[in-house]
Amino acid sequence: MKRLALITALCGASLVPAEAQELASSEVERGRYLTQAGDCKACHTDIDNDGIPFAGGRALKTPFGTIYSANLTPDDETGLGRWSREDFYNALNEGIDDEGRHLYPAMPYPYFTLMTRQQTDAIFAYLQSLEPVHVEEEENDLPFPLNIRMSVSGWKLLFFEDEEFVTDPDRSEAWNRGRFLVDGPLHCGGCHTGKNILGASKDDEYLRGGTLENWFAPNIRGGENGGIAHWSEDDIFEFLKYGRAKHTAPMQRMGEVVSISTQFLEGKDLRSVATYLKTLDDTARASEEAPETARMEAGEGLYFDNCAACHVADASGVPYFFAPLSTSNKLHAKDPSTAIRVILGGARAQPTETIPSMLAMPPFAWKLTDAQIADLLTYLRNTGDRQSGAVSAEAVAEMREYLAEEY
Amino acid sequence: MSFPTRRKILKSLLFGGTAIAAPSAVFGAIYGRGEGMPWEPLKGQPPYYGTQEDRFFTPDEREAVAAICARLIPSDGDGPGAVEADVITFLDRQMAGFYGRGQHWYMKGPFLEGTATQGYQSEHPPAELYRHALAELDAYCRAQQEAGFAALSAAQQDEILKGMDDEEITFDPVSAKAFFDLILKNTIEGYFADPIYGGNRDMVAWHYVGFPGTRYDYRDFVGHNGARIDLPPVSLMGRPGWNSSE
Amino acid sequence: MTKQLPKVDVVLVGFGWTGAIYAEKLTAAGMEVLALERGPWRDTPTDFATTFAQDELRYYWRHGMFQEASQSTVTFRNNGAQTALPMRHWGSFLPGNGVGGSGVHWNGQTYRFLPSDFVAKSHNEERYGPLPEGMTVQDYGVTYDELEPHFDYFEKICGISGTAGNLRGDIREGGNPFEGPRSDDYPNPPMQMTFSQDRFEASARDMGLNPFPVPSANMSRAYVNPLGMQLAPCTYCGFCEKHGCGNYSKSSPQTTIIPVLMKRENFTLRTDSEVLSVEKSPDDTRTTGVTYVDTSGEEFFQPAEVVVLCAYPLENARLMLLSDIGTPYDPQTGEGVVGKNYCYQVMSGATVFYDEEYTNGFVGAGALGMAVDEYNGDNFDHSGLGFIGGGYIACYTTNARPIESHPVPEGVPGWGSEWKQSVRANFLKTTNVGVHGASMAHRSNYLDLDPTYTDRHGRPLLRMTYDFTLNDRRLTAHLTPVAEEIARGMGGREVNVAERKGSYDSMPYQTTHNTGGTIMGTDPQMSVCNRYCQSWDLHNLFVAGAGLFPQNAGYNPTGTVAALAYWSVAAIIDQYMADPGPLVQA
Repeated sequence: MKRLALITALCGASLVPAEAQELASSEVERGRYLTQAGDCKACHTDIDNDGIPFAGGRALKTPFGTIYSANLTPDDETGLGRWSREDFYNALNEGIDDEGRHLYPAMPYPYFTLMTRQQTDAIFAYLQSLEPVHVEEEENDLPFPLNIRMSVSGWKLLFFEDEEFVTDPDRSEAWNRGRFLVDGPLHCGGCHTGKNILGASKDDEYLRGGTLENWFAPNIRGGENGGIAHWSEDDIFEFLKYGRAKHTAPMQRMGEVVSISTQFLEGKDLRSVATYLKTLDDTARASEEAPETARMEAGEGLYFDNCAACHVADASGVPYFFAPLSTSNKLHAKDPSTAIRVILGGARAQPTETIPSMLAMPPFAWKLTDAQIADLLTYLRNTGDRQSGAVSAEAVAEMREYLAEEY
Repeated sequence: MSFPTRRKILKSLLFGGTAIAAPSAVFGAIYGRGEGMPWEPLKGQPPYYGTQEDRFFTPDEREAVAAICARLIPSDGDGPGAVEADVITFLDRQMAGFYGRGQHWYMKGPFLEGTATQGYQSEHPPAELYRHALAELDAYCRAQQEAGFAALSAAQQDEILKGMDDEEITFDPVSAKAFFDLILKNTIEGYFADPIYGGNRDMVAWHYVGFPGTRYDYRDFVGHNGARIDLPPVSLMGRPGWNSSE
Repeated sequence: MTKQLPKVDVVLVGFGWTGAIYAEKLTAAGMEVLALERGPWRDTPTDFATTFAQDELRYYWRHGMFQEASQSTVTFRNNGAQTALPMRHWGSFLPGNGVGGSGVHWNGQTYRFLPSDFVAKSHNEERYGPLPEGMTVQDYGVTYDELEPHFDYFEKICGISGTAGNLRGDIREGGNPFEGPRSDDYPNPPMQMTFSQDRFEASARDMGLNPFPVPSANMSRAYVNPLGMQLAPCTYCGFCEKHGCGNYSKSSPQTTIIPVLMKRENFTLRTDSEVLSVEKSPDDTRTTGVTYVDTSGEEFFQPAEVVVLCAYPLENARLMLLSDIGTPYDPQTGEGVVGKNYCYQVMSGATVFYDEEYTNGFVGAGALGMAVDEYNGDNFDHSGLGFIGGGYIACYTTNARPIESHPVPEGVPGWGSEWKQSVRANFLKTTNVGVHGASMAHRSNYLDLDPTYTDRHGRPLLRMTYDFTLNDRRLTAHLTPVAEEIARGMGGREVNVAERKGSYDSMPYQTTHNTGGTIMGTDPQMSVCNRYCQSWDLHNLFVAGAGLFPQNAGYNPTGTVAALAYWSVAAIIDQYMADPGPLVQA
């Protein structure tokens, strides 16, 4: 793609090369790379309050209550200072801490369990190389019986399997590497796979999109009928590496992932991820009922008058700048939460080392009514060759209320 | 040694990431230092236009001003005038707000009569200039015609306004010409401004002249080659076509 | 009580285009930079989003993003015999305020001055003999060739859309054949022109002129600049000048530089912080830093190794006068330099009214236009004309914002039924051919401190003494008929000519191209700064902006302002930092 060639040519000098760190001789270096891949910093830093990286304390809201992330720096009392490599391996592999207590599965050990002892040792070595930081632990805010850590053991019995990664000999090395990264350190399913009522991933919703904290993390299956079927491997690579793809840019939570983690990963690894995702076919979605004509007409007017300035009159967008909407997997998702949320509150493209721009969509909450936003989305979801279903004004009203409380 | 008040509402963008800063306009705010561009959902500076109830004029003043506007932009059977556009409501709200108070203007003395090229030199901010000039106008009309301005015939009103415009009618101590220039300017503002400010009701003036309003994309029309472009006007708060049920 | 702050390497006073340019280069070179901005933070999604940026009343008529006159204004008079009175609200020009400064609400017309503009005195005297008495035109001390790489870089930062006319000496069809040689083409192709430009182009060609697309900072396509910043395609919305751009399609400090800076650890910006004075060392050879006040009224002293004045030209000149740096200009003796050679721009034009065709002015952009340069600078023989300099003649379609743009033919009254119906009849059927004339320096036009009026801190306001000169009048009288002739060839029903007559009026909007007052040059007796924009008096004080222009050329200033800033900051990094001291020996 020409535009990308331009981006690369212009910005080559400022790229931070992630040179084959997996092969680096230093264990700490390998650990740093895997830590980056695992996006550990995102949860284990209190981003909202200027926290020190890896010192923990970030409030993680789960459907079951608030959990505060742990201090990963080698502080003796409040961090991993007294942990052994074995302890750390057990934490990542089995979800058990140094005193044998079960870790809440907000910590993605169901994914990290795919990592080998050698890999967890490297991560441990890296974390031990950090400056120790003493921080008082926040009490988790969980209701009974979840506040009893033993309750996690039951959960584990049901939903957790300590497994090693098994190579599929019929697939390419890249595909296997991609699957390992997606299901292991990158833990993509943490957001993009639907969860059951107890917060465990549902096998039949694997990477078909999931809802959390009022975001819908879209379907990222790249094969036929998948949410990103129309993305090429290059598109996936560019999205993860530069934070810009023809189709969209990472924002909010995925913005954090790209900014902290994926932009620093090796090109080869990111391409493996793309290779793997592109092999995941999906079943075709049945067309939903066609919405009322009046709603479609109002929606079309709303689109043309409000959205065309960026997304272009025919919704084709400006590749790498403003998302084309006709193919958007967020817009056409079965759960339109993300689209509603972005229209109400606005959104901002994540700046990366390559593209420091922070193109933002402005909030429309002050300008459009619930019914107008619902009609706009209904129009966009049902124009062209797709019938993705209507959006109700009530759904918009609920999100508006949620955002008003959040911000 | 101490730094200027750093309002610690500037939450960090630790990783050039997702958060958040809402620095208040008070005191100095600090940006940069690796924190990236502040951004937060829902935040912005949408237009401020006071309330529908903002009023400055007395009933008599309002009547006189409405009558003046109605002559400046008449309802003459050829499209809307200031009356249909409700310019009077626009003016009333403007005079009650920061503009009428001259809040952003330099209003320190001494006040001297300027040359024609030195611009507005009244000691009165716009709303007060209106008030003083309207009192003078009323006195003038009652002395000449034994009725207030609003009660005069259109022809009489035009004659008086022309006299003010041509500086044949003067007031003391405020300038009739300064008032005339200001009210003409403000009337045109009210006629053509976005309807959120109270005038240009239902976008009547935009419909009349063919202005499509607040649209932000004419890429498909750049090659119009002299042909008319027919697009219904849109205001900042939309247009009737935006609603499916009403 | 003034609070003392820790020292930084460089303090920038003001954070618009030049502040952003200096900051980007200085921080990239590893320096600790602090920018002090008098106004508030501003950014696209919060302050001029597509949801409300197109609000004519708010942004233009209620001065949404301009300096508040209540904070500070200038006093004005046409000549020294009059009493200057404060501009109680802005009119003829609109200084910006807040982050991005006027760079947020400019049109984006991004020219380079001609090679001869930088040597206006020596070039004209060589060709036409001595300049007349009272004309204080001077050379810049820096040449076009020296600035060329910096023009080129700024054009790439902005993604200027245009057609090269002179590529390394090769004159190219469709570009401006009079421009100085360019080392590279524009980074983007020209904008798509509308009906009015097509008519202008045809008429100008019929007259044997060479029309070219105006170099535009409105994007003709999506673009990524050398810093990785993304600029989106312009949508021709017609809300450019006096407004911020809501969809990232106009170059501004926000869209091209600031986000990069905000990620650098060695850059800090303090908003709502107004610099009161630049402080000097006891021996008067250096500046020690600046004193500023925040909105609580608390005062701070910010020490720095280097200070750069990046405010609007009028404020830069005022700060130097208030800080007692350099000798104030004295119009009686012609001696002194600070405040000298205040210049402006001499505008005139012809409006074309069509009967059948629609010009649809709302389909417009700030720098959407075609221009001819045959009558600019010294592109034509001035022998016997009695003036020097010139201007470009252009047809822009920038807007149909109705409060501002509702032309009616001559003879139509200014209000009443006839006016109303004429506005309607002509609203979408007019276009303009404008002359953008130079303003040559004259002994009687200058800036100094007002003896009477003060700002809210009790400091004197700047006093502007300005009127059009004989040179200006002859220039506009020579060029306006050319504009009229082009206009008459554009096929309209009638043409109204707006000549520039009478005294300069401070109220109707003309341009925000105020120049001079802190001029650069070759002689410390004749200029405030040397060729590197370094103060002759305090070697660690640098000055940016159009205040450096010894006189104004027949172009919009921003391209040259930016090139001078890049040139100056390169000198700081490459020469001054290694060996601090005067870069030119007086």
